[in-house]
Amino acid sequence: MNTFVDLYSTTSATAQLRRAQKITEEENEEFSDGSWGSQAGFGTIVKGGPSFMVPNVPDPTSFLRLHTDDHADPSCRIKIQHGTTTLAFRFQGGVIVAVDSRATAGSYIASGTVKKVIEINPYLLGTMAGGAADCQYWETYLGMHCRLHELRNRERISVSAASKYLSNLVYSYKGMGLSMGTMICGWDKTGPAVFYVDSDGTRMKGDLFSVGSGSTFAYGVLDQGYRWDLTDEEAQELGRRSIYAAGHRDAFSGNTCNLYHVKENGWQFVGNYDIAKMHYEGNGTGAGPYGYEPRITGEN
Amino acid sequence: MSIMSHNGGSVIAMVGKDCVAIASDLRLGNEAMGISSNFQRIFPVSDRIYLGLPGLATDVATLREKFRFRVNMYTIKEEREIKPETFAHLVSSTLYEHRFGPYFIEPVMAGISKTPTGGVKPFIAATDLIGCLNFAKDFVVAGTASDKLYGVAEGLWEPDLEPEDLFETISQTLLNAVDRDAFSGWGALVHVITKDKVITRTLKGRMD
Repeated sequence: MNTFVDLYSTTSATAQLRRAQKITEEENEEFSDGSWGSQAGFGTIVKGGPSFMVPNVPDPTSFLRLHTDDHADPSCRIKIQHGTTTLAFRFQGGVIVAVDSRATAGSYIASGTVKKVIEINPYLLGTMAGGAADCQYWETYLGMHCRLHELRNRERISVSAASKYLSNLVYSYKGMGLSMGTMICGWDKTGPAVFYVDSDGTRMKGDLFSVGSGSTFAYGVLDQGYRWDLTDEEAQELGRRSIYAAGHRDAFSGNTCNLYHVKENGWQFVGNYDIAKMHYEGNGTGAGPYGYEPRITGEN
Repeated sequence: MSIMSHNGGSVIAMVGKDCVAIASDLRLGNEAMGISSNFQRIFPVSDRIYLGLPGLATDVATLREKFRFRVNMYTIKEEREIKPETFAHLVSSTLYEHRFGPYFIEPVMAGISKTPTGGVKPFIAATDLIGCLNFAKDFVVAGTASDKLYGVAEGLWEPDLEPEDLFETISQTLLNAVDRDAFSGWGALVHVITKDKVITRTLKGRMD
């Protein structure tokens, strides 16, 4: 039955994927995927793209949609990291990237120490919202292609090109259950840049983005404090304060805030800040606690 | 999304030596969004009985008044204070009256009663939302963090704790359990009931 479908269905994404795989397999049979150390195929770059095992059912796309995470259907399925607050904004001094660190599975807080900023290369950062594995895998994969671009063209890839590469890539898997909402941030010839890319295929250039269940709370603080000519310290404080606000109000965000600053010569990690500590004691600069009076009283 | 976790919140009660403790978090939420960090869900029924009502906030208010009314009627008719055991059955039958359209509350109660010999007997109980009573000798839990509370309490509780040690045990249990629950937290309140006084303390907790 499956071979029959394989042979004669021409329109489905899987059929096209399989056909492409068949062609590339014929081109390069000297090395198996396994010989590169990964069956999923980081080593198969020469063949045009990694290949994945596809469920052995007549219609893999609808099968995957039934069982994996897709925001169109919030009921039971394979649970992957969901609630999140991530933000990134462009300003005079570069790009600020700030994220929380909570991972939840239903109401259970599975982890409070997740790294939601993916360091693609010394000039590019990606943020993680939606499927943790999807973001991690594809943004690392994007890093490989950015390196190849450098080798081929003797110049660094632009943030625009990198984000477009990712958005075209995830678009080719549309309908198969990929779940990611990410911001690709960096500094290139044009200066600081932020692009929003998600698994629906959306790609947008902008000055200011926030993604995840706590994004509305983060936007609230971000919008009232944002200016292009923010100083570095002001911008970092705004990112931190926005993630704190989201961590405070949103049940699915919190624990700690990771802060990055992208400058002309690459990104740097600014710090990791405990949200509970920011609430009661502030950010350590002596500016006072973020939480207001009635909320910070009580016994220890 | 379940109606039981619409507003979030958890309650736990523990038995000690001639004392009991009952504690809850202070969060009132609207699904994922936190609304209040000062939402009381434990109420005194008499001098030595406290009732915790985790579940849907609208039913917390309704049931609180309903129980106040029924306990007052009991006190007037019987001309004596209600015993914790009797109150537990009052809670159970009140909830079962709504068997086919229940209040979305899982009450937890804690109290101490005087024995005829002059000693005191600690008492805790919990019911499900239609009134199935659970008399435990160690601890009872309810609310969105109930599974996490079971885990921590199972590890920390020991028999015959003095009031101050019981306070520490129940506080650590609650605080650590709600830190693993998305819908509970935002501060906590603890009551320790002994034979001659009730110790009430507000706790600082993670506010995220």
